[in-house]
Amino acid sequence: MNPGRAIILNRIREALRNNPAPRPHTSHSQAEAAAGHNGHAQREWLPKVGAMLHEQIELFEKISEGLKTECHRVPTMEAAREVLAKLASESGWRKIASHSHRDTDALLEGISLPVVRTEKGYAIDDLESCDAGVTGCEVLVAQTGGIMVSVESAGGRALSVLPPHHVVIARASQMVPDLTAAFEHVKRRYGKNFPSFMSFITGPSRTGDIERILVLGAHGPKRLTLLLVA
Amino acid sequence: MATQASDFQSLSRRYTADKGFRAFIQKALGGYYKKRDENKANFRDWQGARDLAAETKYEAVNHLDTYLLEFEKKITARGAKVFWAPNAQAARDYILEVAKENGVRSIIKSKTMTSEEIHLNDALEKEGYGVFESDLGEYIVQLRKEAPFHLVFPAMHLTRGQISDLFQKELGSEATDEPEKLTMIARDVMRRKYCEADMGISGTNFAVAETGMISITENEGNARLTTSLPKIHVALLGIEKVLPRLEDLSLFLPMLATAGAGQAMTCYNTMYAGPRQPGEPDGPEQMHVVLLDNRRTELLADAEQRDALGCIRCGACLNVCPIFKNIGGYSYGTTYGGPIGSVITPHLRGLRDWKHLSAASSLCGACTEACPVKIDLHHHLLQNRRNGAKAAPNPLEKIAFGGFSLMMGRPAIYRLATTLGRVFQPLQGLVNGTILDPLRAWTGSRQFPSLAQKSFHDQWKKERGGKR
Repeated sequence: MNPGRAIILNRIREALRNNPAPRPHTSHSQAEAAAGHNGHAQREWLPKVGAMLHEQIELFEKISEGLKTECHRVPTMEAAREVLAKLASESGWRKIASHSHRDTDALLEGISLPVVRTEKGYAIDDLESCDAGVTGCEVLVAQTGGIMVSVESAGGRALSVLPPHHVVIARASQMVPDLTAAFEHVKRRYGKNFPSFMSFITGPSRTGDIERILVLGAHGPKRLTLLLVA
Repeated sequence: MATQASDFQSLSRRYTADKGFRAFIQKALGGYYKKRDENKANFRDWQGARDLAAETKYEAVNHLDTYLLEFEKKITARGAKVFWAPNAQAARDYILEVAKENGVRSIIKSKTMTSEEIHLNDALEKEGYGVFESDLGEYIVQLRKEAPFHLVFPAMHLTRGQISDLFQKELGSEATDEPEKLTMIARDVMRRKYCEADMGISGTNFAVAETGMISITENEGNARLTTSLPKIHVALLGIEKVLPRLEDLSLFLPMLATAGAGQAMTCYNTMYAGPRQPGEPDGPEQMHVVLLDNRRTELLADAEQRDALGCIRCGACLNVCPIFKNIGGYSYGTTYGGPIGSVITPHLRGLRDWKHLSAASSLCGACTEACPVKIDLHHHLLQNRRNGAKAAPNPLEKIAFGGFSLMMGRPAIYRLATTLGRVFQPLQGLVNGTILDPLRAWTGSRQFPSLAQKSFHDQWKKERGGKR
């Protein structure tokens, strides 16, 4: 074991011993209590989300518009397939990537393009040369317009970020109100055995590093499309 | 002899004299203010959110050993290696050792101020490794061989023309004045680097003790690529970055985005729990987490300023600081600029050389108000001034304040002084601001208010006959 561990821990304990810091100046006494105990108090302060599913879908769509996420609400998987086929022909896709998953399999049924599957491993250059990556997701977050993906639900780490167009297939039942609910979902689903990667994707990749002017597609996907079966 | 203080003086004089530069910085920040205010207004209660964030950080920082140990245990169980680095040297040596042991050739980095703090790139390049900054702004300043200008917006001081010239010279690309084209040039260069690199180095925005995860906040996707494709992932973080629970992120991720970039959420907020796990298709085979102290524990020991360890490096205090807006990021000469940098640098690098930064403030308190975790920044600047004066008293100041206190305590001397002042002030007016003026440090750029011809005391006596 490296000696740094004991050195740092000793320094920390020395620094904290009999040396209390003044409490932060807060006006909300609930904040103090909440910080020590549960993780739900933030719901009091964060942006408001309606309780009904249709309100949450509408909020998600409204935020997505601002983020430049292309949202397509479709009634059936069949309709989702049609939207995908249209995207493929309009954008001139030659090769796409995806992973085996209930919804992606249904979406890609009968597709005529070559599909690189990532779930059993892949060559980086093969994935890099794909025109689009098609994935599922864990949940959709109404409060932020976020799409939560993970290794499990999005075919690994790179599939949802390396190809220039990311297409996500989701169902209305995957909508959750806020980030806290998204964390509850993954805790329920995985217990302590989390995937090594989970991410909230909130719009296509962007940068403002040049004169603070927004440019989409900095390093990740230039386009993000959500097909929501609802 | 040039000292940190004299460098600071001459650089800030140079930058403040450049009106075009100041206007450019103001313009760049204008869009941020607008978006930040819109998103703050979407919170049901931004002040309540700040309170909760401050309390959560208070809990974490005041039980730092407990939460770090929990974090270490959980992420180690997931197969990551945790290295505790008491100082910059130890952190650099460890990362070099990992690179050597694994025969690494090419290294890709995503944005990490902690690596700037320990001068990691220099150390890696000296040993012959190719190191590429993948964040667009960081890549631009790397090509210019500069340090980041701002914690969050590294290249905000450069115009598109300057960036186009730089890319022409360094990358042989064609001239353009479109930010989009410039971004795509960098994107294409970097694509190859991600695919070839065998080590990815990232920073960390939050470490979660409960679940043993690190969380990285970004917009470009470069951090995700850096942590997905290379076979080794090194995550660097200051020991103060730990949060107790996973749900704490549901507060901190939106707050960081709003305070830092004026966004509701940044584009990617990613949680990593170890390297690639059995059965997973991709991700690094090794994950190394480097916990850096580098005198953060000195700040921890100062109970009065301990809350400064709650800093989430959002840069909000820089964006509102009237000093930063005028002198820019390079005048400070520190890794962390702006108000937070002026507070913590004397702790991290020594009060003696850095106490002058405490004066780089108008004490307006805009920084304290902007801080999402409620660090009492402007009071800490005052405390650093006090500590600096205590550690190395200035004899001239002592005499001046001794005289002042003598005068204020004795009405006769006070009356004499104000009478003399009225006589001599017109004479001072003749040499105002010139080399002959004993007050020129003040009057060189300011008006000295003229003393009233009749003092309050005199008026009181005359009007009210001295009666209460």
